[in-house]
Amino acid sequence: MEYNQLLVIAISVIFINNFILSKFLGLCPFIGVSKSTRPALYMGLSVTFVMTASSIITWGIYSFLLKPFHIEYLRTLSFILVIASFVQLIEMFIQKFSPALYKIFGIYLALITTNCAVFGVAVLNSEMFLKVQDSFVKSFIFCLTQGFCAGVGFTIVLLFMSGIRERLEFCDIPRPMKDMPIAFIVASLMSMAFMGFSGFRF
Amino acid sequence: MKKLFKEFLKGIFRENPTFALALGLCPTLAVSTSIVNGFGMGVAATFVILGSNIIVSAIRNFIPSKIRIPCFIVIIATFVTIVELVMKAYFPLLSKALGIFVPLIVVNCIVMARAEAFASKHTVVKSIFDGLGMGAGFTLALVLISGIREAFGNGTLLGLVIVRNFEPALLFILAPGALLVIGILIGIVNLLSQRR
Repeated sequence: MEYNQLLVIAISVIFINNFILSKFLGLCPFIGVSKSTRPALYMGLSVTFVMTASSIITWGIYSFLLKPFHIEYLRTLSFILVIASFVQLIEMFIQKFSPALYKIFGIYLALITTNCAVFGVAVLNSEMFLKVQDSFVKSFIFCLTQGFCAGVGFTIVLLFMSGIRERLEFCDIPRPMKDMPIAFIVASLMSMAFMGFSGFRF
Repeated sequence: MKKLFKEFLKGIFRENPTFALALGLCPTLAVSTSIVNGFGMGVAATFVILGSNIIVSAIRNFIPSKIRIPCFIVIIATFVTIVELVMKAYFPLLSKALGIFVPLIVVNCIVMARAEAFASKHTVVKSIFDGLGMGAGFTLALVLISGIREAFGNGTLLGLVIVRNFEPALLFILAPGALLVIGILIGIVNLLSQRR
């Protein structure tokens, strides 16, 4: 097992090819839920969990169902259905199992159902690791790593952004630029800063 | 007829999905590096919106309201798969340039929003015009953003050189440029609508 390859995937997904800042996946929650730190943290945690879990599920679907029967063109349809119903299932499970937890995470889970970052990580996994002929174990570990680290990268950037926006509340910004436009410009500056990581070589 | 035309126009100006409603931003920013890419994405999304609007409005009375979201998702995903396969077969270069953002149309909020907010409540004919208008609005926004980015970042428009000896600001083609351009554009739209 090549451990250094896993490290490369992790650092690449968290910093260099960050899902929000360089791949533009999951911008809606990034702009919508980043007004204060606490909701941003909860959103990030829910996204990380759902991304990891759906990476595992879509790995199973692709390598045991789509690939053996040569119906890879049904990828979009099957992935989105399974992810959407899985998120609903988790929501229902948490609601029954722990109402306190549901109070915190409930609305975020509902928002995640059609989050493009979650679907995007599943598609990227299938493009990068599942199309090539690898052993099941190897592709499983790669998918799991990418799913989890994409979630971590998402959470980090969301937290940074919410911290900055909390401070922005006290700034005197021209009225048309308030809220969303200034958030995009802050994101642009952050993205520039994150591009500094792209010089990494392994 | 005038009413139908109104449905079409509102998607382009008053309820423009990108600038007024801020829906479907991920593909907007990711693929708008050149006008060709932006236009291709716009047409693909228009086809999906149109198709899903027609089917959803045609069977709106048969879908139980509790499971309507999964039904919509299946319909949308079917059209996305059609687009994916057609694009791979006839426009392989465009398909490669757009990459994973073609399957990602399925989670584009515009499509879902139109199915839920409009097509599930209106007749087929109205939904067709709504779908066309929203698609046109989305395509226009994409072409505008990608035009700005291509002109500043590459010194070209539609692949043709517009200004000679122009040192392109590479930043605009890269990720930060997209965020910068959309931030400023939304600011300008806000300014115009507040002044009115």
